[in-house]
Amino acid sequence: MIENLLLIAFATAAVTGGVLMIVLRQPMRVALALIATMISLGGIYGLLGVHVIAVFQIMIYVGAVMVFMVYAIMLLDVRDPSFTERYSRLLWPGVAACTVLAGVLMGAVWQGGIALPNGLGESFGVQPFSAAFLNDYWLYFELTSVLLVVAVLAAVAVVQLRSVRRG
Amino acid sequence: MDRSQFLLWVSLALFSIGLLGLIVRRNLLVMLMCMELMLNGVNLSLVTFAQRGGSVEGAVLVFLIFIVAASEIAIAIPIVLLLVRDRLTLDAGAYTDLKG
Repeated sequence: MIENLLLIAFATAAVTGGVLMIVLRQPMRVALALIATMISLGGIYGLLGVHVIAVFQIMIYVGAVMVFMVYAIMLLDVRDPSFTERYSRLLWPGVAACTVLAGVLMGAVWQGGIALPNGLGESFGVQPFSAAFLNDYWLYFELTSVLLVVAVLAAVAVVQLRSVRRG
Repeated sequence: MDRSQFLLWVSLALFSIGLLGLIVRRNLLVMLMCMELMLNGVNLSLVTFAQRGGSVEGAVLVFLIFIVAASEIAIAIPIVLLLVRDRLTLDAGAYTDLKG
């Protein structure tokens, strides 16, 4: 019972944070709303019993990605028209398109068009996750490390491009 | 209502809100954050399916999405920095000449 209440509370907080991201004006407040959404999603994962994903959600998303984003916002303290006018001229077409998309997808879920797997809904912890990763998906695990190295190299290359253009 | 169905609705709502923000907002950093929100919505649906089916594959895919999101931000932020140093604005409307 209390688990369902907590699930509804976390889900409401996540969707509210998402709506606030559309409404708020300052990028820092948008970042804080996104952090609140991510922490709420971490709570949902914890309630579902998928603790390993909950930990990764907090550590990688909130701890790394959003801290990086907050640094970028502090670094780029630029006052420009995007601060006074939040929305582009695509506001109403965008609202219409996203409403139609959300309606179609939610209708499909409601009518059972998206088949949910029939399982017991059991939770799993770190051990089966690690075993699956290092036995069956070790190649993808290695490829992620390659991807991260390439991303770092690309970021350094972009910074070098900036200094070359300056020089 | 089924719990998995409810979580799928939440994930769809998050994805739609993220897509809406990506389309309608003008600030480049806010647009990047809305992309992260879309990825979070997809992650929630994957975790829901994985947990319901009792399979680990969905969780592995979510971990890979985490890595891709971190790499995406690591590359996107320097590109935004480069653009802003050039034009001194975060308004996406100022970069319309980048259209192909």
